[in-house]
Amino acid sequence: MQIYLPIAEVSVNAFLLLGLGGIVGILSGMFGVGGGFLMTPLLFFIGIPPAVAVATEANQIVASSFSGVLAHFKRKTVDLRMGTVLLIGGLCGAALGVMVFNYLKAQGQVDLLVKLCYVVFLGVIGGLMFFESLNAIRNVKKGKAPKRKKHNWIHGLPLKMRFRVSGLYISVIPPLIVGVAVGVLAAIMGVGGGFIMVPAMIYLLGMPTKVVVGTSLFQIIFVTAFTTMLHATTNYTVDIVLAVLLLLGGVIGAQIGTRIGVKMKAEQLRILLALMVLIVCGKLALELLLEPAELYSIAAGGH
Amino acid sequence: MRKLIAVLALSFASLPALAEEVVLGLSSDTVSINTNFDGSEILIFGAVKRDAPIPADPPLEVIVTVAGPSETKTVRRKEKRFGIWINTDAVEIDSAPSFYAVSTSAPLTEALSFTEDVRHQISIPRAIRSVGAPANIADSATFTQALIRIKSKANQYQLNEDTVSVDEETLFRTAIALPAALTEGDYKTRIFLTRGGNVVSQYETSIYVRKVGMERWLFTLSREQSFFYGLLSLAIAVAAGWGASAVFGLFRR
Repeated sequence: MQIYLPIAEVSVNAFLLLGLGGIVGILSGMFGVGGGFLMTPLLFFIGIPPAVAVATEANQIVASSFSGVLAHFKRKTVDLRMGTVLLIGGLCGAALGVMVFNYLKAQGQVDLLVKLCYVVFLGVIGGLMFFESLNAIRNVKKGKAPKRKKHNWIHGLPLKMRFRVSGLYISVIPPLIVGVAVGVLAAIMGVGGGFIMVPAMIYLLGMPTKVVVGTSLFQIIFVTAFTTMLHATTNYTVDIVLAVLLLLGGVIGAQIGTRIGVKMKAEQLRILLALMVLIVCGKLALELLLEPAELYSIAAGGH
Repeated sequence: MRKLIAVLALSFASLPALAEEVVLGLSSDTVSINTNFDGSEILIFGAVKRDAPIPADPPLEVIVTVAGPSETKTVRRKEKRFGIWINTDAVEIDSAPSFYAVSTSAPLTEALSFTEDVRHQISIPRAIRSVGAPANIADSATFTQALIRIKSKANQYQLNEDTVSVDEETLFRTAIALPAALTEGDYKTRIFLTRGGNVVSQYETSIYVRKVGMERWLFTLSREQSFFYGLLSLAIAVAAGWGASAVFGLFRR
């Protein structure tokens, strides 16, 4: 069934979009990532104009994250205090990111920098997570207890705060910085930033994996809602019909994904997320390294 | 509705001096883009009205062009720098139609002479206007060619030779396929009658492409009430998220 999208001005298959939304929704619920880093390139691929894909994706992430976070609230795996601190950083970062984005757009290199951002961040994070979780799985098999880093330089910073749900007593400065960094990237890359947030929370802040997912989703809702409003009012690129199709699949997928996630071991969850991140990274890296079939591209407007 | 013969635009008095004139009909002069729009076909047909007998030679040829609204475009070229492919050179195309189709009753080079093409801007390369490229780009023509290549692949630029059928040098008809990715606007439709490559008569009309119903409402809302539109998008997202959570909660009990 073909559907004409009013803002994107293209006609697409409704069931294809529902299916894509569903698959990305499952991953979103399992790993606590918004799924934007998977969905945005997929939307480019099926012919949605990039500007519309990025803006609409932000709107869809609001829905899947909201659905996911409700499931986590019921299990009390959301650290509201940590989420709020991250959110404050995230909103500042998103505003900053939009300024950087507009500057890069004027230079005509925004595509390249978005792709480079993806490759570098996905590569580093995916690689680190993969080897760490591989080690953790080996240690579990050998019967060794997983060692927890008790103290590092992060614990020496001022402005300490108690995060009861996460079982942490640390300075608010590292979560704020993580929030800002994720906010900047979210605005530039058109993603919720969960794939950066989740590892940062686990490895930099030392939060327990189970709490990380719910808290990440909680923060993502607000950052993506903010970006949606920004895109809707400045670029008019949010396609509500496209969003509805994606989020119908997405919310259902997110519910299924959350249930799968609960049944799996933390190390397994992390190694799967790492593999997925690495695959996307590899695909984007190839796009930059191999000669494209069409060297020319058309953009609207003058430069 | 598509094949509905809605309009028979007559043009008896427009060019009285000419020996041969076009009398035109369109299957529909408006294309409505609704939710299940998946491309459309416009039937263009007409007759040649003449006061004198049919000239014996050369044969009458018919050229039909349909052009969507023009816009400025930037064409960028990638080059390998530091091991990766990045955009380097860019050429601004001052005016390129969003959609352009040329249908002819004979190969275009036979039906139309070079000078007439220059005068009436009929062939696809002539329909694109590019004033000047930056001085550092020597091969700016390849950028225009690339634009045509990419748009042709998407069926947005079409050269359909030998698709206009002409009966008895009097009646002609053709069908033009509009792709699903269609932008709104007035699509200028021109019909040229040629003999020996020279234009002997021409006629111009417009096909109106419009979003209707929900498409129209959402599009207008997103432009004129963008804040409310944004809030509406978010409200739908939150409601859908909550709805799915509630429904799945019921299943678990």
